[in-house]
Amino acid sequence: MSEKTANMKVVEGSYAVAHAVMCCRPDVISAYPITPQTHIVENLSQMVADGELDSEFLTVDSEFSALSVLVGSSAAGARSYSSTTSQGLALMYEVLYNVSGMRLPIVMNVANRALGAPLNIWNDQQDAIGARDVGWLQIYVEDVQEAVDATLQAYKIAEDAEIRTPIMVCMDGFVLTHVYEPVELLDKEKAREFLPAYQPANILDPAKPKTFGAFADPSTYTEFRYQQFEAQLKALDKIEKVAREFEETFGRYYGGLIDSYQAEDAEIVIVTLGSVIGTIKDAIDAMRSEGKKVGLLKVRSYRPFPVQALRKALKDASVIAVIEKDVSIGSEAGLVTDLKAAFYNSNIRIPIIGFTAGLGGRDITVKDIRKIVDKAETARKGIEFEFEFLNLRTEIL
Amino acid sequence: MKEIRLHGRGGQGSVTAAEMIAVAAFEDKRFSQAFPAFGVERRGAPVMAFARIADKPIRIRSQIYEPDYVIVQDVTLLDVVDVAAGLKPTGKIIINTDRPREALKLKTDAEVITIDATKIAMDILKRPIVNTTMLGAFCGASKEVGLESMNKAISERFKGELGKKNLLAIKAAFERVS
Repeated sequence: MSEKTANMKVVEGSYAVAHAVMCCRPDVISAYPITPQTHIVENLSQMVADGELDSEFLTVDSEFSALSVLVGSSAAGARSYSSTTSQGLALMYEVLYNVSGMRLPIVMNVANRALGAPLNIWNDQQDAIGARDVGWLQIYVEDVQEAVDATLQAYKIAEDAEIRTPIMVCMDGFVLTHVYEPVELLDKEKAREFLPAYQPANILDPAKPKTFGAFADPSTYTEFRYQQFEAQLKALDKIEKVAREFEETFGRYYGGLIDSYQAEDAEIVIVTLGSVIGTIKDAIDAMRSEGKKVGLLKVRSYRPFPVQALRKALKDASVIAVIEKDVSIGSEAGLVTDLKAAFYNSNIRIPIIGFTAGLGGRDITVKDIRKIVDKAETARKGIEFEFEFLNLRTEIL
Repeated sequence: MKEIRLHGRGGQGSVTAAEMIAVAAFEDKRFSQAFPAFGVERRGAPVMAFARIADKPIRIRSQIYEPDYVIVQDVTLLDVVDVAAGLKPTGKIIINTDRPREALKLKTDAEVITIDATKIAMDILKRPIVNTTMLGAFCGASKEVGLESMNKAISERFKGELGKKNLLAIKAAFERVS
C-alpha cells in the first residue's frame, strides 16, 4: 500500500474496484454473480440503480451469456466491462477466444479462485493462469490500490489503436476482494482526463456493413493469430508507458511489466505474482535484518510475458525461487515454466526452483517464505528438486 | 503492529466489527487492515475475522496466528473453538459472557476480560447483537483505538436512531472495562 494521503479511505476491495470501474465509465456492464467476485458487480449494479453510473447493466443467465453480450456491445463501439472468477471464467472460455480474436478491448476483473472438482471457493490463480493462451493481456496486482489503478490503466491499454486487445486485471479472490484497507479512490475528473471516451476504429454499423470474427480459411487464419501476437508484443511498451502516464497524473507506480523489491544486490530472488507479494516483502525485511541477501521480482504482466525485462532484472541472481498459486498438472506450473523458457536461449544460467503454494485458499505465511528461501539456498549448491508442492500434508495422502 | 482476531457465529457481525476497527484505527491516523477468515458463511456457524493496526503501511496478508487481542462474541464458542490459540501472553482476550472468568477455564497466560455484552445489548439495543458493544469493550481494554474514532466509524455505518443506540452500547461497555 502506498503512503498515506488525505483522500484515503478504508473500504472493501470490491467496492474500491467497482468505484474504479465507475470512473472508467463503461457503456455496458454484463456479469453473473459468483463468489468471490459478487461484491464487485453488486456494487456496480447499485451504482447504476442509484444513477451514479450511466451504464447499461445487463443481468444474464450465465457467464457465457455475460461475455457474449459484451462481444455485441464492444463490437458496436461501446466500452464494455465484466468481472468473474473460477468456474465462471471457465464457462466463458469459448467467448474469451472470440473476444480476443475480434480484437475487442473488453476489461474484466478476475477475482482469482480455485477450480473444482473438488469444489473450492477460495483463492488461487489456477483460473487465470489456465487462461494464459486465450489472447487476453493479463495483469496481476498485489494490493487493492493497485487493483483500482490497474483497472483504469487497463482500458487505456486495451483500447489503444495499436493494441486492441482485451485485458484481465487479476486480483486474488477474498484476499483482495474482501479486505478492508486504506485506498485512495480515483478522482472522477482526473480519470476522465486520463481515459477519454473510447474511439473505436472499427465498429458494427448498419450504415457500413462489416463482419467481425467471420470465417478464415487456412490461407488467412495464421495471419489473424500473428496480428494478435504482434499486438501483445507491442503491449510490452504500452503497459510500461501507461503505468508511467498514470504515475504522472496520480503519483502512483507499481512497475509496468515487472517490479522489484530489494532485488539489486539480492543473491536469492523470489519471483511471484499477486497478493502474496506483501507477505513476501515483510519476510524479506526480516531476513535482510539477519544478513540474508533476499529480494523479490514481481511479475505484473503475465501476458505479454516480459522476457527481456526479466532477463535484465534477474541476470545477477545466484538462485531463483518461483512461488505461484497454480499448477500445470503433468508438468510444473505456469510462471516457472515460462521463466525457464525465457532464460534458455540467453547466457543466463541460474538455478530455478518452483513452488506451487496457496492452492484452494491455503494460507501462505512469512514462515513459509523462509522455508522457500532455505530450500533456494540449498538449490544454489545443486538442484535436488525442480518443482514442489509447498507444505504438502503427506499424512492425509 | 497489533493483531486482533475476532470469533463469532455467522450473523453476529464479526466481519463488520473487524471492519469498524480498521476504519476507526485509520481515523486515529494509523494504518489498518481487516478481513474475514474466508469460509462458507452460514448463520450460526463459527466464524473468524481479523484486523491489523500499525504505524506504517500493512503489507502482510496471511491470517493471524499469534494475536495481541482476541474478541469472543459468543461464549458457547469456547466449547468448539480454541479461541485463545496463539494468543500472546502479553495480550488480552475479551469474552462476552455472564460467567466469572475462572469458570471459563481458558488455557492462556494472557489477561482475560469478561463482559456481559448480551445484557448491555438487550438493555440498550433490545436485540442480542453484541458486535458494537464488544467494540466498546475492545476500545476500553486495549486502548488501541480511540473511543471517539470508534464512535465516528459506527455513526457512519449505522445511521439515525440505530447509530445513536449503538453509541450508547459502546459507551456502556467502554466504561465497564476501562
